[in-house]
Amino acid sequence: MRKHTLTLLLMMALVAGCGDGKIPVADSPDTGGSAKGDFGPPQGDPVKAILTSPPHVPPPTGRSTPAKVIVELEVIEKEMAISEGATYTFWTFGGTVPGSFIRVRQGDTVEFHLMNAPDSKMPHNIDLHGVTGPGGGAASTFTAPGHRSRFTFKALNAGLYVYHCATAPVGMHVANGMYGLILVEPPEGLPAVDREYYVMQGDFYTTGRYRQKGHQPFDMEKAIDEHPTYVLFNGSEGALTGDRALAAKVGEQVRLYVGNGGPNLVSSFHLIGEIFDKVWFEGGTRFQENVQTTLIPAGGAAMMDFHIEVPGSYILVDHSIFRAFNKGALAILKADGPENKLIYSGKEVDEMYLGDRALPNLAAVTAAAAAAKAGDLTTEQQIEAGKVLFAGTCSACHQGDGRGLEGVFPPLEKSDWIAKDIRRVPTVILQGLQGKVTVNGSEYNSVMPPMNQLTDDEVANISTYVLNSWGNPGGRVTKSEAAEIRRTSTQAPAEH
Amino acid sequence: MCQPAALLGLLLACSSSVAAETSQWVDLPGGAFRSVLELADSPLGTGIAPFSMTLTPVTNRQFLGFVLAEPRWQRDRAPTTLAEARYLSHWVSATELGNNALPDWPVIWVSWHAANSYCRWQGGRLPSWNEWEYAAAADSTRFDARDDPAWRERILAWYARPSATALPSVGLGTPNAYGVKDLHGLVWEWVDDYSALLVSSDNREQGAADQLKFCGAGALSTSDRDNYAVLMRIAMLSSLEAEYVTGNLGFRCVRSP
Repeated sequence: MRKHTLTLLLMMALVAGCGDGKIPVADSPDTGGSAKGDFGPPQGDPVKAILTSPPHVPPPTGRSTPAKVIVELEVIEKEMAISEGATYTFWTFGGTVPGSFIRVRQGDTVEFHLMNAPDSKMPHNIDLHGVTGPGGGAASTFTAPGHRSRFTFKALNAGLYVYHCATAPVGMHVANGMYGLILVEPPEGLPAVDREYYVMQGDFYTTGRYRQKGHQPFDMEKAIDEHPTYVLFNGSEGALTGDRALAAKVGEQVRLYVGNGGPNLVSSFHLIGEIFDKVWFEGGTRFQENVQTTLIPAGGAAMMDFHIEVPGSYILVDHSIFRAFNKGALAILKADGPENKLIYSGKEVDEMYLGDRALPNLAAVTAAAAAAKAGDLTTEQQIEAGKVLFAGTCSACHQGDGRGLEGVFPPLEKSDWIAKDIRRVPTVILQGLQGKVTVNGSEYNSVMPPMNQLTDDEVANISTYVLNSWGNPGGRVTKSEAAEIRRTSTQAPAEH
Repeated sequence: MCQPAALLGLLLACSSSVAAETSQWVDLPGGAFRSVLELADSPLGTGIAPFSMTLTPVTNRQFLGFVLAEPRWQRDRAPTTLAEARYLSHWVSATELGNNALPDWPVIWVSWHAANSYCRWQGGRLPSWNEWEYAAAADSTRFDARDDPAWRERILAWYARPSATALPSVGLGTPNAYGVKDLHGLVWEWVDDYSALLVSSDNREQGAADQLKFCGAGALSTSDRDNYAVLMRIAMLSSLEAEYVTGNLGFRCVRSP
């Protein structure tokens, strides 16, 4: 009954809205685009645009009439950290990656000044995707080191737009960090929120490997092959983590302005633990509601709103997820405030579960764990415990019968490869295995990740089980041997 | 500081020493050269006539000799239409170098007009783009190292870094296969026909560019889009006007036999 009344009220509000001439966006066919974006000549004194460094966003323009807005942006080439202990020569708009955030209103006349710092090595220019006109300003702003260019445009289309350098070689200028965002507010502005942040993804190509220390030059070959060393939010690993994490409070409405500078990759932008209440996808006029992951193309942008109910750390990732965990595409939004256990309880139960494969033998693991605490296990106890763990961890690939899958997962049954050196079993469990191996006459070439989440006990028990099963030569791996292998394997180089 | 008589003496002294300084020319044999730029009127490459090139970029010491001999090129006399206001602004005065311009450092903050006049004063001229690229294609052992990715990468590394620190002296680098030094890794260098490198200032206009505005001379496109170092030289030169000066742009001279 009460719900019914509310619906009625809402409908009335909508009708009233129409009467005011404010048509709800969802009901209108379109906004008219650039053809209806010219609100006449600028009024009042020229306004100097407030430019902000990421992750900050300038305040709303708050204007209801078109103005002349002066934007002064300086190109600075500078060395900055790309990761801890690793530096890179970034080319920047305003000294940061991404460049300064620019905020104007639809219908504004923008007088744009591009300055190229005197110690720049390169000429630069700017193409703003929010500009109507060939090149987006690129040819008009081509500027030698130590010089300044100016051009003027009228911002006819509302939206969130990428800007970037378009000087040859364009890909390299973009790969070095030359991009940012310009927001052209619709005439009525955007809905008010409690906090706004500016985040931009980019891919980076260095001659050294991921996290290699020292100064890292640009790698042209990797860039052309589209094999980035880093995929980053706001230009460096850790730009938005730790003390520099984005901050918000429970109960607040937060908006992110997210761009993707590329040069190559498309972002599957996702905020772990939140659902975007609204996404103005592609940075345009319409919003979608209740979105988990939004696609942001290279040279594109999106705005997203969400309301924070539960405190904690929310992680921004490119959900092409290796980029998040192996190339740096990770940022954190930290929300403070009171817990709300009715919405999110936190962990209520934490106990072992091994599925039906393990049920009859769970007792063996428990016994083994107890025995391990008391002292060393017998070989038989290790085999029993290892069998259960094998079923839970290893059988998905190597199969429950140890026969593997021909051509994909090597067999452990009567394995001549294991027989050559039984220490290979615990070593591979802890270090993983990558590249060609020949087992029982067949060649395998795939990747087993290190299983170093297993304890020394578990590694010893699984290894002993494998060695004593399926016609393998027998033997035993002790906890201390597993510990020794772990110790030496962590000293091995991270990449080879 | 300069009294007329003293200045005259200084002039004579400097002129003679400069003549000795700039006598280091390196002969290059010339020949067929595959330019990365496809000129509309020479699609099959370019013939380079034999020429001589200065061993190094022109130094502050050498350029000081020039402005003493040709006072109209002193920074307080050269019109801004020929050299913008920052021309030689790193010198302590119009006729003294000072600590920001040591004698053996390459001269920078020089306009095309000033560089061109210097070379003419030396009985030479600025190198053409093709002559410069021909000489610069060599590494220390090969006459044409342009296809070597490692060599490209080294050159690119220099282009990719800003020039916020003081320049080293000329002549410290290893000579290339022709015996020329410092073509890479020290300063950008003017070329005679830089303004004919009419690559669109918006690099993405390919084919659709208004080729008529280029007077038919430089309907260029680049055949080697992987060679970023060359693209960057073209971009740099094409951003310039003849009166421009920058803090990392110098020059050297050539002459024909």
